[in-house]
Amino acid sequence: MTAIERLARAASWVIAFAVVLFLLGPLVVTVVVSFTSSSIYTLPPPEWSLRWYQALARKTGLADAVWLSVQIAVLSTVVALVLGTMAAIAVVRGRFAGREAIATFAVSPLMMPGLVVGVALLQGFRGAGLRDAWLSLLLAHVVVTLPFIVRTLLAALEQFDFTQIDAARTLGLSYPQAVLKVLAPGLAPAFLTSGLFAFLASMDNYPISIFLTDARHKTLPIKMLQYLEEQPDPTLAAISTGLILLALLALAVGSRSVGLNRMVQ
Amino acid sequence: MQVLRTRGDGFVWLAAPALLYLGLLYALPLALLLFKSLSAGGQFPSWAGYAEFFGDAFHLNILWRTVRVALLTTALALLLAYPTAFVLARARGAMQTLILIAMVLPLAVGVVVKTFAWSILFRSDGLLNKTLIGLGLVDDPVRMLFTEPALIIAAANVFLPFMVLPIYAVVRQLDHRLVEAAATLGATPLHGFVRVVLPLTLPGVVAGAAFVFSMAVSMYVIPSLIVGERSQTLAMLIARSYLFLRDEQLGSSMSAVLLAIAVTVVLGSSALLRRLAGGRR
Repeated sequence: MTAIERLARAASWVIAFAVVLFLLGPLVVTVVVSFTSSSIYTLPPPEWSLRWYQALARKTGLADAVWLSVQIAVLSTVVALVLGTMAAIAVVRGRFAGREAIATFAVSPLMMPGLVVGVALLQGFRGAGLRDAWLSLLLAHVVVTLPFIVRTLLAALEQFDFTQIDAARTLGLSYPQAVLKVLAPGLAPAFLTSGLFAFLASMDNYPISIFLTDARHKTLPIKMLQYLEEQPDPTLAAISTGLILLALLALAVGSRSVGLNRMVQ
Repeated sequence: MQVLRTRGDGFVWLAAPALLYLGLLYALPLALLLFKSLSAGGQFPSWAGYAEFFGDAFHLNILWRTVRVALLTTALALLLAYPTAFVLARARGAMQTLILIAMVLPLAVGVVVKTFAWSILFRSDGLLNKTLIGLGLVDDPVRMLFTEPALIIAAANVFLPFMVLPIYAVVRQLDHRLVEAAATLGATPLHGFVRVVLPLTLPGVVAGAAFVFSMAVSMYVIPSLIVGERSQTLAMLIARSYLFLRDEQLGSSMSAVLLAIAVTVVLGSSALLRRLAGGRR
């Protein structure tokens, strides 16, 4: 190795360490702030306390917002898993023209401005006479979750060896049986990771939801920003810590069953 | 081949439900929005909404700021992500796990939480200012919140994993024998990097940059919390025009402009990626 190479390599490691700090730092700060006794965000906290967790119970509408967000996220992920898996199988296994266009189209909402999609859906729902906020949110969130499913399943299906299904059929399984016993377990890691990220994306969505909520139906991110405007105290850090815990849990489940490295593929 | 084709055609029906769904609840509403942006006072086509947008220096200023912030965010993210992807590809054991967690955990946490964290860090009595003063770099707190650099740093932080992961995906596939071969043939490390490594990792860079730029150009939560109303971005202006000003004509024209930028990036990057893939075959 020449001196330049060694220098480049050392610099890369320094940058990578800085990146790890840069990415995890804000999360650590949020958790630390949530345990402060002070009502402002002084760091380090003057004293440790759980008062902001106790304050969570007094936040009006918080439980409703969490419950609404969970409902919408779970249901939209389930719908997207069904629609997305079918579409991904069609793209990978089909021989018809325009398969690549279908794949690009199904993944494209990821890169479209969420706010614009939200505005368009607001006007579309209004035009169609749909006034129910809950249903509007669910219908819209499938557009959020579907790209995650399609993207991951496309990659997983490209890797899947479909001769296994033929082999299972030769061994006496019917086609549906073969799909259930061979294809479904083979795709399980993809279902899990794409489902996790789809769920979390729906839980986090702000720009589409903001146009579809009404006074009684506010999702968690919208409620959080509202709290922040009304009373910017560390209760929000306590809510955030809860969400970080949820993310850690999702990560633990994912890395246990799939492995961290495969989760990012 | 003919048999395969007819048999394979049945698969198109599997894609039908998803296509119908996205057609009705994504493509059609966006098309109607575009139509609306081109009609004014019952007239179609009318450029009134666009004339209102492009004829006003205030709006053009916001458009320029939005694009500039997105470009700088993409550049900062790329600068940090490129070396990190190489380290991640080379790292093993605990180091690899640590970097992977640093990538995936923030992805799973969500924008609102991370932006909230940055709004704490950037406060004038916040951790960053205390550190700067403690190190003796500045005497008085620097104003960070409500500034453009703060917005770019927070945005690069939120979008960074989306830049690292596509580059990591191609770096992992990189055949290191090619680099060695270049060295054996007398290439200097710099030359080998520019002629061999850089072209091979370009698809990851293009994919990551397109993704980060398209998200940065339309971000809403991050600028609302970090810079506020004082220096708006296009997405904030769109939200305002619908939620507060009730000016749907202007709102739909601005939405169309933002949509055009995003579509250009999506189509441009996928065409570029196809060309890069074709060039290697």
